[in-house]
Amino acid sequence: MDVNKKLNIPELLKDLEHYRPRRKGWTWRKPLPRDAQLGPFKYKQISESLKNYVPLPAAKYFGGIDPQPECIITTEIASGRFEDDIRRMRMAAWHGADHIMVIRTAGQSHYDGLIEGSPEGIGGVPITRKQLRASRKALDIIEDEVGRPINFHSYVSGVAGPDIAVLFAEEGVNGAHQDPQYNVLYRNVNMIRSFVDAAEAKKLMASVDMLQIDGAHNANATAREAWKVMPELMVQHGINCAFSLKAGMKKDLISLSTVPPTATPAPELFLDLPYAVALRDLFQGFKMRAQMNSKYMEADPREATVNHTMNLLISRLTSVDIQSTITPDEGRNVPWHYNNIAATNTAKQMLIGLDGITDLVELKKDGPLRETVRELKERAILFLEEIIEVGGYFKAVEAGFFVDSAQYPARNYDGIVRHADGGVGPDSVFARDKDYFAPVCHMYGDNHLPAGAKKACDLIGGCTLCHPEKIIYIDELDEEDNAAKRMETMAEHRAKGLLRPEVEWYADGVISMQLFYPTSVRVAEYAALALAEKMGIKEAEVINRLPMHPAEGTFLELKGKIDIDIDPNKLDIPEEVPLLSEEEIRADVKNKPMTIVGATVGQDEHSVGMREIIDIKHGGIEGFGITCHYLGTSVPLEKVVDAAIETAADAILISTIITHAEIHRINMRKLHDLCKEKGIRDKVILVAGGTQVTNDIAVEEGMDAGFGRGTHGHAVASFLVEKRRKL
Amino acid sequence: MERKDDFQERRKHLANLSDEQLYQRFWDLLDQVVDPLAELAKTHTSPAIERSVLLRMGFSSLEAKGIVEKCQQFGLLGKGAGNVVLKASAISGRPYREAGLQLAEGRLWSQVEAEFAGGAK
Repeated sequence: MDVNKKLNIPELLKDLEHYRPRRKGWTWRKPLPRDAQLGPFKYKQISESLKNYVPLPAAKYFGGIDPQPECIITTEIASGRFEDDIRRMRMAAWHGADHIMVIRTAGQSHYDGLIEGSPEGIGGVPITRKQLRASRKALDIIEDEVGRPINFHSYVSGVAGPDIAVLFAEEGVNGAHQDPQYNVLYRNVNMIRSFVDAAEAKKLMASVDMLQIDGAHNANATAREAWKVMPELMVQHGINCAFSLKAGMKKDLISLSTVPPTATPAPELFLDLPYAVALRDLFQGFKMRAQMNSKYMEADPREATVNHTMNLLISRLTSVDIQSTITPDEGRNVPWHYNNIAATNTAKQMLIGLDGITDLVELKKDGPLRETVRELKERAILFLEEIIEVGGYFKAVEAGFFVDSAQYPARNYDGIVRHADGGVGPDSVFARDKDYFAPVCHMYGDNHLPAGAKKACDLIGGCTLCHPEKIIYIDELDEEDNAAKRMETMAEHRAKGLLRPEVEWYADGVISMQLFYPTSVRVAEYAALALAEKMGIKEAEVINRLPMHPAEGTFLELKGKIDIDIDPNKLDIPEEVPLLSEEEIRADVKNKPMTIVGATVGQDEHSVGMREIIDIKHGGIEGFGITCHYLGTSVPLEKVVDAAIETAADAILISTIITHAEIHRINMRKLHDLCKEKGIRDKVILVAGGTQVTNDIAVEEGMDAGFGRGTHGHAVASFLVEKRRKL
Repeated sequence: MERKDDFQERRKHLANLSDEQLYQRFWDLLDQVVDPLAELAKTHTSPAIERSVLLRMGFSSLEAKGIVEKCQQFGLLGKGAGNVVLKASAISGRPYREAGLQLAEGRLWSQVEAEFAGGAK
């Protein structure tokens, strides 16, 4: 796959009937030995680097390295249209995500059977054989591109758990959420049915080494005061872990979904750290999937990111096998493309930033940390004792034991109550008769094979898990609601290669803007909506409002849609000039010293731009060893040229910000003429800079080069060295 | 009526346990909680489990659903849907997939029912 080419989605959707996953089971990262060298540094907790990647922005100061933490990083991508999600998966993989989780469409848990085809989802994606194959096929290409296996993940729950588990086992899904308690408490699926189904689903998952994540974190998302449910969370983790072991899962493929329960302004670490330690004590040998907290997320992505950073600190102070991420915009909308990347980078940045922290600091062995750890464990044990006392799990659920808002053993009696004969699918569990028999592999329950049969599926000449060619593939059931139809609506747009902004779906036209109004929140909000209307933005909506002061001002973020297309073929894009490396520039200047004279010329008092280009502390050209004579602002051109002659300068750099009456052009032309007059034009390099300056304008006016807004010293130094070589 | 936090009272029997003993107790109790659940799952089945069996036998999701619904109607889910399909195959002399599709269409059921009537409960 050419990294400069886009994934061809229509091509991916072809021939899925014959697609087979190239591997099954979960894959961990390959950790490098302690003190592995990468670029200028040694690391304690990293894994093999990627073949292709986008590093953190600051990586350019460290040789472009992109150290990958030793743990898996998860991102959840499920916009409702998997054909668009595939592109986002590729972007996320380049930033370091290797666990792609697809949330199911609303209502799939109550769907009695498998969904087929590629219908559009709401709040998630309908998980179907076609969607799984197309996504896995794309991930095959993507993992080859980044050079690291990518784990694909979804959910095995609801009233079709075993059906979905077979589908996942057949299609090579690498990980899945499975926890019957989730069904019972949050999906109101009948509890007896949930546990009977779950055992079979787990057995099937275990058969292909699928990693399991439990559902306990939902208690903390649901409970009114999440920090009080910690003992219960440990009980829920425990029930699913113990039940999974009974169903035949391996301990190291059972993962606890743990979330630090609180968020600032609570004293977060003081509450969350003991819980994290207690969990890791009680669940030794199991895997820790550390999820970020989403319960307290509101519209502000900055606040969310800081909370997530706190969560990552806990991951590093304790341990983490899978670091899951929540996009910083999840509190206000279905995640947008670049926010998956933002969340992935928050995790990567923090995990690498804290590399080796436990070599430097240690959790205290006494005091409040250990006291709270002990207390939490004891409370969890007391919880279990009372479950047994009332007659077992089902009785405890009927008595509302779970998601009670008080810290156990206190009770507010506001927990979720379910009944053994209630919920979705009551009375749908049947005793297996003495002659019960299933002619397939990986059956959890009693299976009375006929006398003489060795392997259950021998009786049918092999089941689909042994002979995948027996799988019946259904392409589509709905002629209208499918991926091909959705893509058809924009087919011409795609064919022409037009560009329209998007955040979720192909050319959805969604844009957002940030603005500040010096007024109260409510007035600012309505002003912003009025502004959006004048700007031609449709369906405008304020998605974040932060008061700076009741009267002085409000920060707002607004989203809306525009349907303006840009044809990239009609854009006049100046050619990009490749820069010399910083090392090469330094070597050149060391070898042959360089001097420049710089000034803001004419009646112009702007000094910031020139200082940025020159100053060593801003990454300016001084840093490359170039001697700079800065003459100040409002300097007459004659004085600049005289100074150049006096210092035998290699180059003159002028800054000209004011453009009134084309004064910037006039100054450039005048500088060129003056140098000619003094007979130095062919010996000196002339460079102009300023916010309205472009290279084209500068060259037109006799300069050797022009630099506009956003230029850094590196670009100027590179140009000077290259130009001097040609003189 | 809320229940007050009587942790100090309740914990008395745990107070002298070592951390290791606490760990052991946690997992022993969990075994006591989940053992009956695991046993229940061993001895029971459900429409979803039976659909999953038929999927593994090479029926499509739609076909599996049809067959399991019929099995339930005829009270034969406790025999196993796959078992029912094989029985139909033996009775009709057709390959099991064909027999299964006939079952989904509502055919062969009287013979299958008769064949199982003598079976163990």
